[in-house]
Amino acid sequence: MILGIDVGGTHTDAVLINGATVVKTAKVPTDLSNLFNSFLRVTDTILSENEQRHLDRIVLSTTISTNAVIQGKTDPVGMIISSGPGCAVSSLSLPENTVFVSGSIDHRGQEIEPIDCREINAANRHFSAHDIRHLGIVGKFSTRNPTHEYVIGDALQAGYDHISLGHRMSGNLNFPRRIATTYLNAAMWRLYNSFVDNVRTFAQHRSITAPIYILKADGGTFEIGQSARYPVGTILSGPAASIMGIMALSPITRDAVALDIGGTTTDIAIFAKGVPLLEPRGVTIEGHKTLIRGLRTTSIGIGGDSILSYVDGTVVVGPERAGPAAAFGGPSPTPTDAMIVLGYSTTGDRRAAATSLATLDPSGRTSPSAIAEQAFATVIKAISETVSTMIATINNEPVYTVHDLLTGEKISPEAVYIVGGPACEIAPHIEKALALPCLVPRNAEVANAVGAALARTTAELTLRADTEKRTLTVVEEGVQTPITKRFTRDIGVDICRDKLRERALKMGSSHEDIQIELTEDQTFTMVRDGYVAGKNIRLKAQIKPGLIAQAEETVTA
Amino acid sequence: MTTRRRTGIIFFPAFDWSISATHPEREERLLYTQDQVFEEGLFDFDNIIEYNPGIASLSDINRVHFCVPDCDSIMTESHRISAGGAITAAEKVMDGSVDNAFALVRPPGHHAMRFVYGTRGFCTVNVEAVMVEHIRRRYGHRRVAIVDTDCHHGDGTQDIYWHDPDTLYISLHQDGRTLYPGTGFIGEFGGPNALGTTINIPLPPHTSDEGFLYVCDNLILPVIDEFQPDLIVNSAGQDNHFTDPLTSMNFSAQGYAALTSRLSPHIAVLEGGYSIESALPYVNLGIILALAGLDYSNVTEPAFDPREIRQSDNVTERIKRDVATVYHLWKTRHQQRDEFIENTPTVTRRKNIFYDTDHITEKQVETVFLCDECGGLVTVSSATSHHPPVFAVIIPGRSCPSCRRRGEEIFHQTTTDDFHAVYIQDREHDVFCVKEK
Repeated sequence: MILGIDVGGTHTDAVLINGATVVKTAKVPTDLSNLFNSFLRVTDTILSENEQRHLDRIVLSTTISTNAVIQGKTDPVGMIISSGPGCAVSSLSLPENTVFVSGSIDHRGQEIEPIDCREINAANRHFSAHDIRHLGIVGKFSTRNPTHEYVIGDALQAGYDHISLGHRMSGNLNFPRRIATTYLNAAMWRLYNSFVDNVRTFAQHRSITAPIYILKADGGTFEIGQSARYPVGTILSGPAASIMGIMALSPITRDAVALDIGGTTTDIAIFAKGVPLLEPRGVTIEGHKTLIRGLRTTSIGIGGDSILSYVDGTVVVGPERAGPAAAFGGPSPTPTDAMIVLGYSTTGDRRAAATSLATLDPSGRTSPSAIAEQAFATVIKAISETVSTMIATINNEPVYTVHDLLTGEKISPEAVYIVGGPACEIAPHIEKALALPCLVPRNAEVANAVGAALARTTAELTLRADTEKRTLTVVEEGVQTPITKRFTRDIGVDICRDKLRERALKMGSSHEDIQIELTEDQTFTMVRDGYVAGKNIRLKAQIKPGLIAQAEETVTA
Repeated sequence: MTTRRRTGIIFFPAFDWSISATHPEREERLLYTQDQVFEEGLFDFDNIIEYNPGIASLSDINRVHFCVPDCDSIMTESHRISAGGAITAAEKVMDGSVDNAFALVRPPGHHAMRFVYGTRGFCTVNVEAVMVEHIRRRYGHRRVAIVDTDCHHGDGTQDIYWHDPDTLYISLHQDGRTLYPGTGFIGEFGGPNALGTTINIPLPPHTSDEGFLYVCDNLILPVIDEFQPDLIVNSAGQDNHFTDPLTSMNFSAQGYAALTSRLSPHIAVLEGGYSIESALPYVNLGIILALAGLDYSNVTEPAFDPREIRQSDNVTERIKRDVATVYHLWKTRHQQRDEFIENTPTVTRRKNIFYDTDHITEKQVETVFLCDECGGLVTVSSATSHHPPVFAVIIPGRSCPSCRRRGEEIFHQTTTDDFHAVYIQDREHDVFCVKEK
């Protein structure tokens, strides 16, 4: 049996799944001041002694790291940045306590300028004076050669609680994002680790021996011990949980759109042949552009409880929420009230909804139902236009080969899957607006917890081989090893697969869930003075987001 | 203080296309530029926007070139994408999506002339010309200045715009006595109807930042100021770099960025540049930052040492002398035309053109009709070592009625008895016709 828990902004949901059947669900209000408490209570509510003995795993989707960033509950971080030539450092957005040091690495991983130890010592004194316990160390092109980050890290290791090294965050290039990601990882490290400690202590107390997994932004999971070293990987797992839930509750094999209509926002995701798309460069949280792989979602400030207002004779929806709908005793008219007035929904106090809508036009000349119609049309239009824009953007994503430009596959959705409070009421109207069949999965109210429960472990691995320099770099591991001139792409692919398998198993994957696909496979001939000097081989492999093997069947209640 | 601008980037490295495996124009060429651009996070800047290239259509190509025997047998899709990338850059500027744009595309194009039998100097399609004529077709006639900062003389662009008084072509390049294609001397100054709208400044080997910027400030900018173009295009070749393996100049990334900043082109298009590891990542970064109005002062190549690449006093002196000479030529272009024309109705040029990449020798006889009203009717007969003679009539954009009438007559009268094919390219009406044997 699998226990899936989603600690959301309002509610904490739990599901107990046996095979492909949800055998039990539970819901408690989320205690935002103590998220661990919510986890504890929902687990106590759902899990009997007997069920606990049959538990295979627990998967947890938590907003702990997301909230830490949004609420500014993070720790100060001492950042050491080795930038080298390029864009002016003034273009970077940097936290307080950033120290720049000399040293530079170029695009091929060659050292251009060494690290100056005196500068590291000076940085150390500065951080000590400011009582800083957590460090982030980032170099430009450190994913091509991590040596400088190691040198700096080794010099400072003794004096700090935690040091995050930039090249460990992602194998991708993007120095400003590497800085932001490393900073966040170090900044949330203490808070996240105390949460992990609490969860583990609780598991020990209750004698839970099943492995515990945490959901990541890319809709994959990793073992809780791994997550403790890489807390930034857990940001924005909420939307990921809902998308994985939709996948588990309905068999998606085609290009499709997923909508999660909440109280305040509507989150939109896109599936390509049944696989949710990822952000091309990384997710963004509170203005921090990161390198964190995450599901590609667009969020608009329109939900069932968005405030309606009236500007120049036009109804405006959101982006704020002031409370529940007027029909449920809330302070302002909302799309939910509009749906009630229009008769799409029969819940709540219809008269309260109508009265509240009528107040929108101070002249009193517009009838509540006319206002409701306008409001509802605005909601449908905003959602369907955002979907269309998102698909157009995805289909115009830059490509870099003639082959991809001429034959690149385009997304063409064949269905829309909708979850969230007003899903059933809205579905027929979205169906009309987008001219696509709209489906509302059953058990959608626990989609997030189901999604977390059944998500497989995801992982990524980047490999760079340079046969001229005779170096092989396993980027995310920060390991460089010598190779011979005869090293080939095929050998590289084998190594890349093996290393990714190893990495996935370490992160908690089971063998049957490891389906590896190459996402980058490029070999360039390097030429010097007219002669072939070597090969520049660039490989990247991933285990894509998806469901664990046992969830092949659609989950039912 | 420079102002921030919205800059469009069409980055298309064509990672699956090369002339041949070890040719300078190969898959690897923009690999390290991509690394640098990605690592700097340029596409995350809110004023730098990336676009996919379009694909130039057959009529886009035929508006500029005569491909013999035909476009499809001469050009690959990659050539059309390179030109299409430049067109996309121009369209994004014209429709106001961005303030300026950089087409980082390959292969280059400035050695491709009107007639195309194959590849010359790595070029098959004149990317800038296809773009300029596309703009004129879609948005109406525009006065355009093309400033070619590639180290090689852009003999193709010169050929295409030799008779066009509305296109100012300025090329600064390494002296043709020391580098391919061996042309681009001061005396090459435009056809009789367009005298002065072709300007060449051959630079001595080892010219450094100082020399390039001197030419920019004392010749290019004043001439552009007087020409009053609607659009400025930069053929941004990067082979003047001090590390370029094919040339002998001492230009740096800082110099390229400063030149871009001063020239402030609406559209920049990558041309040559084959120091793919030591120069291109930095030069391209410098150009992009300069276009976007961002600080480029920290863009320095690992091997950069300004003392090491400083130009000699002799070089400085020669450049100053040449700039003075060329500027005088420009200032007196109208008088020169009066002397040039005398009383002949036409002026004829005979040209031998060598396609170094494809080993083709072409012989051309080009005749222009003198005209005070328009760029003048042009006819060309051409034959190569591989292909029987063909004949072309070119009616210029904004043609006068008499040049048009004469051009149409000549096209109708010229038969395929004498030529393998007879073409007419009517830029004004956007018509391209061919009579074939």
